[in-house]
Amino acid sequence: MSRLFGLLAVLSALSPLTPAMAQGSGSATLDAVRARGQLLCGVSGEIQGFSFVSSNGEMLGLDADGCRAVAAAALGDAKKVRFVPLSPQARFTALQAGEIDLLMMNTTWYLSRESRLGLMFASVNFWDGAGVLTKVASGVKSIMELNGASICVNPGTNVELDLADWARRAKVSYTPVQIGGVSEIQQAFLAGRCDAFASDRSQLAGFRFAQGPKAAELLILPEQISSGGSGAVVRKGDDKWFDVVRWTHFAQVRAESLEVTQKNVDTFNNTTSPDIRRLLGLEGDLGASLGLDNKWAYNVVKQVGNYGELYDRWITPAGLARGPNELWTKGGLQFAPPLR
Amino acid sequence: MSSIANASGPPSRRAALARRSAAALRALRWAREHMFQSIPAAAVTVLVSFLLLKGALALLSWGVWHAVWRVPTGADGQPDVTACLDARGVGACWAVIGEKYRLILFGRYPYDEQWRPCVVVGLFLGLYVVSAIRWFWRPILISIWTAALTLIGILMWGGILGLPFVGQDAWGGLPITLILATFGIAAAFPFSVFVALGRRSQRLPGVRWLCIVYVELIRGVPLVTLLFMASVMFPLFVPAELSPDKLVRAQIAIILFTGAYLAEDVRAGLQAVPKGQYEAADALGLGYWKRTILIVLPQALRLVVPPLVNTFIGLVKNTSLVLIIGTFDLLGISRVATTELLWQAYSVEVYLFIATIYFVLCSAMARYSRGLEEARIARARS
Amino acid sequence: MDQDPARQHLRSRPGSRLQPLRPATTAQTTAALGFRFSWSDPRVRSVVWQVVILGAVASALVLIARNTAANLEARRIATGFDFLRRTAGFPIAEHMIDYDPGLSSYGRALTIGVLNTLKVSLTGVVAATLLGTLIAIARLWKAWLVARLAAAYVEVVRNVPLLLQLLFWYALLQALPPPRQAWMPFPGFFLSNRGLRTPALEWTNALNWCGLASCLGACAVLLLLRFAKRRQDLTGSRPTQWRLAFGLIALPPVVVWVWLGERLIVDWPVLKGFNFTGGALLSPECAALTLGLVVYTSAYIAEIVRSGISAIAPSQWEAATALGLRWEQALRLIVLPQAVRVVVPPLTSQYLHLVKNSSLAVAIGYPEVVSIASTTMNQTGQAIEAIGYVMLVYLSISLSISLLMNWYEARITPVLR
Repeated sequence: MSRLFGLLAVLSALSPLTPAMAQGSGSATLDAVRARGQLLCGVSGEIQGFSFVSSNGEMLGLDADGCRAVAAAALGDAKKVRFVPLSPQARFTALQAGEIDLLMMNTTWYLSRESRLGLMFASVNFWDGAGVLTKVASGVKSIMELNGASICVNPGTNVELDLADWARRAKVSYTPVQIGGVSEIQQAFLAGRCDAFASDRSQLAGFRFAQGPKAAELLILPEQISSGGSGAVVRKGDDKWFDVVRWTHFAQVRAESLEVTQKNVDTFNNTTSPDIRRLLGLEGDLGASLGLDNKWAYNVVKQVGNYGELYDRWITPAGLARGPNELWTKGGLQFAPPLR
Repeated sequence: MSSIANASGPPSRRAALARRSAAALRALRWAREHMFQSIPAAAVTVLVSFLLLKGALALLSWGVWHAVWRVPTGADGQPDVTACLDARGVGACWAVIGEKYRLILFGRYPYDEQWRPCVVVGLFLGLYVVSAIRWFWRPILISIWTAALTLIGILMWGGILGLPFVGQDAWGGLPITLILATFGIAAAFPFSVFVALGRRSQRLPGVRWLCIVYVELIRGVPLVTLLFMASVMFPLFVPAELSPDKLVRAQIAIILFTGAYLAEDVRAGLQAVPKGQYEAADALGLGYWKRTILIVLPQALRLVVPPLVNTFIGLVKNTSLVLIIGTFDLLGISRVATTELLWQAYSVEVYLFIATIYFVLCSAMARYSRGLEEARIARARS
Repeated sequence: MDQDPARQHLRSRPGSRLQPLRPATTAQTTAALGFRFSWSDPRVRSVVWQVVILGAVASALVLIARNTAANLEARRIATGFDFLRRTAGFPIAEHMIDYDPGLSSYGRALTIGVLNTLKVSLTGVVAATLLGTLIAIARLWKAWLVARLAAAYVEVVRNVPLLLQLLFWYALLQALPPPRQAWMPFPGFFLSNRGLRTPALEWTNALNWCGLASCLGACAVLLLLRFAKRRQDLTGSRPTQWRLAFGLIALPPVVVWVWLGERLIVDWPVLKGFNFTGGALLSPECAALTLGLVVYTSAYIAEIVRSGISAIAPSQWEAATALGLRWEQALRLIVLPQAVRVVVPPLTSQYLHLVKNSSLAVAIGYPEVVSIASTTMNQTGQAIEAIGYVMLVYLSISLSISLLMNWYEARITPVLR
């Protein structure tokens, strides 16, 4: 009997327990990353040029290296990244649920993703737009000729919405074929299930490039349905982590404008340029203000490279010119505020 | 006389001839009875055998004679698939299995450590076989299961006894299917017994209604929605620091789902125990729990074993649904295996491969369950 | 304490874990509560246990609700059902009611999902029952080859996961030729990897009237059947009514049609540019889903019907043979009607499984309710509301089917005297 009352007492004591609320303290994610010793980065794993798996199991690409840069900044070692492959439909819930710390998955930046999903876009590593890919054999030269066609598109992406908006504007009707999963929809397009494949133009270029000798059979139509930027996404409520991710990208852009590359980063120990000295942590304590090591930007450039190097490594071989991704001083959109 | 007897040969040869002709006559009679007993039956038999022959020949031609079993490695170290490309539509490309079988069976588990999931699969199969043998149906089975499941956990995770640690996101393929199914039923079974007992409770109407609501709610929704709920909503139910791993979440959803269906099976078993048993237990002065554990459950659970096995078969097939939430069981990883550019067109061969694995596993268990049922009916009749 | 010999078995025995209350406490609690609070009283025990268990479950639920609210707040995720009125923005490939991505709301999109689920479920249930019954009969047929083939079909189909079968059917349907080289089995019917295009009837007002006339004819047929049954009860002979019934259903629409003087407008599919336009379309996704569901469920239904037929005592077969009926006649007139009663409960659960299995369409891209809810979750971030809506839909469908089948079973169960 006394045991029973004891049990009742314990249970009644448990009921009004308030759950430990995530206070949203500035560095909860950074602390978790440090405690784990690894950065959990959500990527696609199926997009040529951005995140794809090499034959020996390594994750390569612009987004993959973006993750490595953040790991280099936060942990000092670019190799301490665990890549979590996600489908376009599961990516936001994975980020919201805390399965990953950072999402680098060609996620296009728009308002309701920030206002409704509780996410924030920390940086734009690629300015792009949606386009359409067709087979040369179909004889289509312009997007206006696609009236009545079947167009493959990934459900749950912004391209799906952009395509619907374009069809409304242009008074064109089409039949959508919405298959989840990037490779499934690519296979469906190649098998002829649909006449055209709509996606981000960079993804289309990478897909076309990956076809090897058969690339000449595919044509990216000249019109661009929409434009936007894609980049790193983090959860709302962790401002310090947001800063870390954002300024990692800015450090890479600034390094390119200061002409600091992976190869010559060690030669600047005696430089008199204050910008370079602050960037590489040779003076000032910008790293500490972010909660990072002072050599955070040095680690990023040394272990991963500056923005231009990354672009040339992964995107240029697919045939995409810098275009809007050029530095702002050269007419593009990649701008980094001063690091001071 | 003797000349007539000698006319068709020595007696032994005659006897042999008589036997053979009798056998041929029997076969003909059987065929007449079973295949040609009426005009429509004969027509259908002829048509079906014709179609069957054609189909079998086409299948053999595609699957065996014109199939490509192996591809050479090209100059760049990558497999040279021109033979497979040429055989498209004409022959199967079984080389994709040869190239990808380790990925399909074990997922992204580190290559050198793949002996561990292999041993784990063997342990699971051994566990099923041991559980099927009637001699083991006594309390020692619980310790066997606990020991086996602990050993499996140690092998898969590693980290101790000198085994390198491998996290859950690297697990995949057949071990995940078997883990989800086995841990699912191991956890769901005791839970379902409680739910079934609660549902039959006369004295605790509140508990009875709780169990009814649980069972009908879970049985009314598809497993896919429960998996979505697990993958998306469970992390919201607990404080942010405790967010469980995706595999654990999928496992919890599967346990909840299986528990409801099993509870109905156990309830059917409980209902089959004659009322006289309850009255005899009361006469002996046994309380509720003593009566349940010593008298009712042993009889009820014996009846529950065939439906339990059928539920387990369904569970093994249902684990393939975790593909939808991004966990890589046998079916999920097979889709990944065909996304590599070289092998994109050969999904049919891969699907046939894993269909065979599922079929072998499930039909063996189905056969066992049928055997149990027939033995029980035979015992009841005798 | 409790000296009543009739309740001796309720007294706890020495050595048991629960100790009897001391007399002083009992008197005090009795005075306080106004009744005897005794642990050996089963009513007291039951109340206490229910309070404990339900209290524990309730506190767990409250804890979960609190955590959820806190987490949603911390992550700035929106809650509430207002999103149902917002414009959806994403296209849906197959919709039975009008849908415009730029104008229609999320609520409308989800409704379209429910309609698609119902369409596949209803077709699947009917087709699976027919196919399952045929296969069950094939298994029982004396033609040995056919029986073995049916048994092998059931064995293979039941032991391979449904999702794998769906993917397999979808891959098979992708192997069909492109629209420019489509097969034409009949004039106007085009089979390609974009689906099956058939000619469709333009639904005009005249057809509405014809439909009404046909319905009235069907009501007349029901009355005719009741009249015939009464005649049979009274005189023992049943008048041949099939000619009259056929006439009652077929003639009125024709009469109305001729009287209104309309022409039949048929929409023929035409290859224009990339695809066929016009006519009705059965998409590969819908076809793969329906085929997969029908094949899978029919194997289970075949087993159920077979055991139902086997459950009919052999004496029924013998009596039928004694009456001079052939095997097929005995099956149709004597055995099947009795087997239906045995078969209805497990058949109900198979129908429920089919409806729930249609949720797998999310893997092959057919826009039923789970698929659309998944896209909605992605675009709005409101996972709890979307999943709750889907669960509610499935619960309602399951409940309706259960109620319908229970009513049917009650109707066909004879009142045993």
